[in-house]
Amino acid sequence: MATVRLERHLLRARDLVDSRYAEPLDLPRLAQEAHVSPRHFSRSFRRVFGETPYQYLLSRRLERARHLLRTTEMTVAEICLEVGFTSVGSFTTTFSRHVGVSPTTFRKAYGGPSEADRIPLCYAMAWARRAGVGAFREDGASSAG
Amino acid sequence: MIDAISHVNVWVDDQEEAKAFYTEKLGFEVREDATLEEFGGYRWLTVGPPGQPDVNVILSAAIPPAIDADTAKQVMALVNQGAMGPGIFRTEDCRKTAKELQERGVEFTQEPDARFYGVDAGFRDPFGNEWRLVQPIEYDLETVQGAEANGG
Repeated sequence: MATVRLERHLLRARDLVDSRYAEPLDLPRLAQEAHVSPRHFSRSFRRVFGETPYQYLLSRRLERARHLLRTTEMTVAEICLEVGFTSVGSFTTTFSRHVGVSPTTFRKAYGGPSEADRIPLCYAMAWARRAGVGAFREDGASSAG
Repeated sequence: MIDAISHVNVWVDDQEEAKAFYTEKLGFEVREDATLEEFGGYRWLTVGPPGQPDVNVILSAAIPPAIDADTAKQVMALVNQGAMGPGIFRTEDCRKTAKELQERGVEFTQEPDARFYGVDAGFRDPFGNEWRLVQPIEYDLETVQGAEANGG
């Protein structure tokens, strides 16, 4: 059996973020998934994927929030909780800072039928995420950075 | 004119481990498994789903002389970090197949989820290659979009 490379372990942690972004994932939990120490994990994740674990988690939550704003009639508060934020104020501030408009304004602009509906889920999740967000630690619910 | 896709390549770290995964866990059959001494021990290994004999997955080891050692390392690092997702498998029943594969220890990245095009799940092979598992449905995009516009 081949030796499992660090990248493969790190990918398991990134997959965990993609599937369980709504949970309060923190650095020790993600590092555990990758079978490395939290310190080593954070540095290695950034080297391999080009952003910190916290940035990746935050960007995934924002991508899912944009998707739900666009395709559902859930309230902003419901979406906030659905994607892993714990405070509507924090969610609105973070969303506005990184997307450029508030969740409500985004919904007005992009809600309803779209060409994006043609894209399978995995491609949408891969391409609609905006990498590298999270320079500011607005989301106090997570410390995966 | 090109008539069909017959082979697709998937990079793997270990061909024996790959053969075990694709046959024992995914249920594929081995199509060809030849070690060619005249090619320095190169192993030509192909597998495929039993119901589709004309499409083969080549399980390739990234090793010299096909590619140099440094490039091989880079290729496999990309595979291991999930940057080389290879494709989509079709199934008649995504939830049932996903359950069967999970019971065999296949690592799912996404549980079956109903989408406009069908039920969709995702899993990885032991090396990081991501495959999608889709139970397609007939759909009309105009209808899908109309339903979404009406909150459906």
